Amino acid sequence: MRETVNKQETLWLLAFSPAIWAIHFLLSYATASVWCAKISGRDNPIDGALLAILVYTVLALAGIFVVGWLGYRRHRIGNGNLPHDDDTPEDRTRFLGFATLLLSGLSAVATTFSAFVLFFFRRC
Amino acid sequence: MRARNTIDQLATDVEPLKSAPPEDVQAAQTERLLKAWKTPTGWRYWSAVNNSEVGLWYTAATFFFLLFGGVLALLMRIQLARPRNDFLSAEVYNQAFTVHGSVMMFLFAIPVFEALAVMFLPQMLGARDLPFPRLSAFGFWAFLLGGIFLAGSIFFNAAPQGGWFMYPPLTSSYQKGIGPDIWLLGFSFIEIAAIAAAVEMIVGSLKCRPPGMRINLIPLYVWYVLVASIMILFAFPPLIAGSMLLEVERAFGWPFFNPAGGGDPLLWQHLFWLFGHPEVYIIFLPSVALIAMIVPTFARRAIVGYTWIVLAAIGTGFLSFGLWVHHMFTTGLPGISLGLFSAASEAVAIPTGVQIFCFLATIAAGRVVRSVAMLFSMGALVIFVLGGLTGVMVAIAPFDFQAHDTFFVVGHFHYVLIGGALFPIFAACYYFFPLVNGKQLSEKLGRVGFWIAFIGFNVAFLPMHVTGLRGMPRRVFTYEAGIGFDALNLTTSIGAFVLAIGIGVIFWDLLRPKGKQPYSERNPWNAGTLEWTQEMPGKPWGIRSIPEIDSRYPLWDQPDFIRDVDEGRFYLPDAEEGLRETIVTSPVDATPEQIQRLPGPSFITLIAALATGGFFVFGTFHWWWPALGSLVLATGVIIYWLWTGTGLIPEKHEKDAGLGLTLPLYSSGPSSVSWWAVVITMLADFTAFMCVIFGYFFFWTIHDDFPPANINGPGVMWPTIAAITLLLAWASTLLARRWNRMDWPTGFYAGIVAAVVLALAGTAFLLAGPWFTRLDPTSHVYSATVWILVIWTAFHIVIGVVMHGYCAARRIARRMTARYDSEIVNVAVYWHFVALTVVITVAVIAGFPLLTRG
Repeated sequence: MRETVNKQETLWLLAFSPAIWAIHFLLSYATASVWCAKISGRDNPIDGALLAILVYTVLALAGIFVVGWLGYRRHRIGNGNLPHDDDTPEDRTRFLGFATLLLSGLSAVATTFSAFVLFFFRRC
Repeated sequence: MRARNTIDQLATDVEPLKSAPPEDVQAAQTERLLKAWKTPTGWRYWSAVNNSEVGLWYTAATFFFLLFGGVLALLMRIQLARPRNDFLSAEVYNQAFTVHGSVMMFLFAIPVFEALAVMFLPQMLGARDLPFPRLSAFGFWAFLLGGIFLAGSIFFNAAPQGGWFMYPPLTSSYQKGIGPDIWLLGFSFIEIAAIAAAVEMIVGSLKCRPPGMRINLIPLYVWYVLVASIMILFAFPPLIAGSMLLEVERAFGWPFFNPAGGGDPLLWQHLFWLFGHPEVYIIFLPSVALIAMIVPTFARRAIVGYTWIVLAAIGTGFLSFGLWVHHMFTTGLPGISLGLFSAASEAVAIPTGVQIFCFLATIAAGRVVRSVAMLFSMGALVIFVLGGLTGVMVAIAPFDFQAHDTFFVVGHFHYVLIGGALFPIFAACYYFFPLVNGKQLSEKLGRVGFWIAFIGFNVAFLPMHVTGLRGMPRRVFTYEAGIGFDALNLTTSIGAFVLAIGIGVIFWDLLRPKGKQPYSERNPWNAGTLEWTQEMPGKPWGIRSIPEIDSRYPLWDQPDFIRDVDEGRFYLPDAEEGLRETIVTSPVDATPEQIQRLPGPSFITLIAALATGGFFVFGTFHWWWPALGSLVLATGVIIYWLWTGTGLIPEKHEKDAGLGLTLPLYSSGPSSVSWWAVVITMLADFTAFMCVIFGYFFFWTIHDDFPPANINGPGVMWPTIAAITLLLAWASTLLARRWNRMDWPTGFYAGIVAAVVLALAGTAFLLAGPWFTRLDPTSHVYSATVWILVIWTAFHIVIGVVMHGYCAARRIARRMTARYDSEIVNVAVYWHFVALTVVITVAVIAGFPLLTRG
């Protein structure tokens, strides 16, 4: 077990899931804006944009799930229990994994919230 | 010599010395440390750069501005106390609310976070100081100058009147005075200081932790400060970019926000709120962080849900960037856009709530000791939660349509900001005061002050919600009698004065003479975190010896901890060379990497701030020659500062840090703090650039033909030649770095000369595009945007050329060698960003028109 956790960890994994939320958010916003301004006009249906947002959402949730799974595996390394506050490389990795898992959960919820526009809007 | 990150070093724990050094050795060590860290006396006191001095000045200045903004608020409340009052004229009232908002946000709420972090971060990290003490001092002086300039303008009836968010066209074509210029330039200056502070905080919390303080052990305050500082990097640049565009419009008539020239005032709102909303969380997170330090101390147990709070900090940091349009719900954006931002605005309530539940759980699971600090913390949570709940209401677009621009919103955000920032800061005053001068504040005065302020606050702001729901608009200097506003406004005004009395009591407690009062005992609250190792009163060195950390609460968990620190049983117990030093460690595991030499007192920071400030102040009055002169002077001063104070080659390669650890005295590249600082600064700079790029595409979405059919420029040829030339300049820079490292001076100088020549030629080619195609920036926003992108890029290249010259001079002067090469390494990092800027600029100005016209 020691070999798997003693390698150098980085902080990047923490940022992955929220970054996926951010990309999903920006892409959805940009798609909707450009669609309304350039393609459909204000009063026509925007099915194309909604389809695109649906595709983004599926991809984003899949990505967040993968990151969350990676976090969960780190969280469960060995037999450490919360609060992961030992001065050991194992607990450092477990902590980073657990934080990644939690951030993935939050990102999944926030992404789902964004996707609710699919249910509420048919026009700009 | 990099420190080895072997498995052994990662996994084993270092123990302090088994026995203390002999007493005479300890005394000699103490004397040398005190001499190295001595605070200058007399008038030279103001040349101090130590975090305890700068942090104190910084905090005092922000509190002064708090009072100033508070007095303005009281004047407004007198005016509104009864209908048709004539206490303030409409014009003065406009200035009062504009300056009140601006001062509270830019001169109190944000800088007080930086001030407290400068003061306490090193203590919490067991570091002697932050990695760039002179940068902190520079930031403070810049802040003070900019603040006085802005706040003082109201005494000359010259203050801005457009509200703290400066919406054009109200602040462009409708205000000819210098008020908006003072705002735009004064705050740009202060924002630069804030970014400097953010660089300091990020590098400090990632690279200056004590050995063994792994990422899962750092104090929660440090997590919050890290997140808030990273947010500053991405939140402030949009405002700097927006301010630049608005100032250029005001000064030179480039129509970025003027529809007559194809511009759009909504772009300002996007850029402003892209800054403005994250900013609320930049204020809130470091303040709630104070509560996260206070609650475990008085609950007598470790925080419950440490990882959950980290989730809250990072999650809020991200989500807060998806909220900016909720300030623009009534501007007529497409409903689907509103829906997205409404969703994110609701989602951010989740992490915000999580941390509050963690605090409540800690209190519930602990055995709470009563104190004024706890009282303010709990009061803060009550007020903040109420503000958060109305926040969830206004995040729903249809409700916002009704409440927008009424006093409901004023009530809402005062609950958020006073609960989320002011009360936690008062809690911190009571909690941390012994660390400042060794004395405690009065529990009695504190309780009295709290209750007066708490009651006054609620009397003032709770009725405001009703006033707003009844339809009273914000920012109107008076109202008619008998339409349901009279009693509510009078109540609010009375409450405001009660709140002011409460704050007055607290300030009296802070300022009253304490000469006869005995010093506090050490660690008076029995806290567990590192800052409480400080002696009473504190010594200037930060910490006697830099400890090895094994726990989140070392004072609770590590036996004999304070004794071991005091007796110098840990790292760096001495200053043999009489120099200021601290330990630099790795970001995740805090493995020791280097001993960083820190600079001592200097007036150069004040001079640099004056020179830089001159540019902004003269620019406000459109005195272009003095402004230019200040800019040249500032460049000279900063080069002198760098030349004499940074990248110094140590007298030996490495040094014994104690406990059998030998560390290098110099490093370059990713293990050095300067490399991190350059990367972080350039991220902020690049964000500002991307905001201008966003402007280009924003204009594309609002125009049917963009670029306009009748404007041919800048063409493809000149930008393409420029891009190729400038990329070669970048490549030459990299070769110069390589050849310097190979210790081949001829190659190095050749690389530098080639880079300079190519860079200057490339700049000329870049400017040639819009010049020869006769783009007139005052005629249409397309031309203006192309010009601003080109000028932005050119300006960065010219700075890059100055850096080339600096590296060559360092090498000639033997202040840079093949081994000690951080100058050219950092300049290469700068040029990576320049290359990226060039590529994007050219792709947009030359490439995008091909797409739309093709």
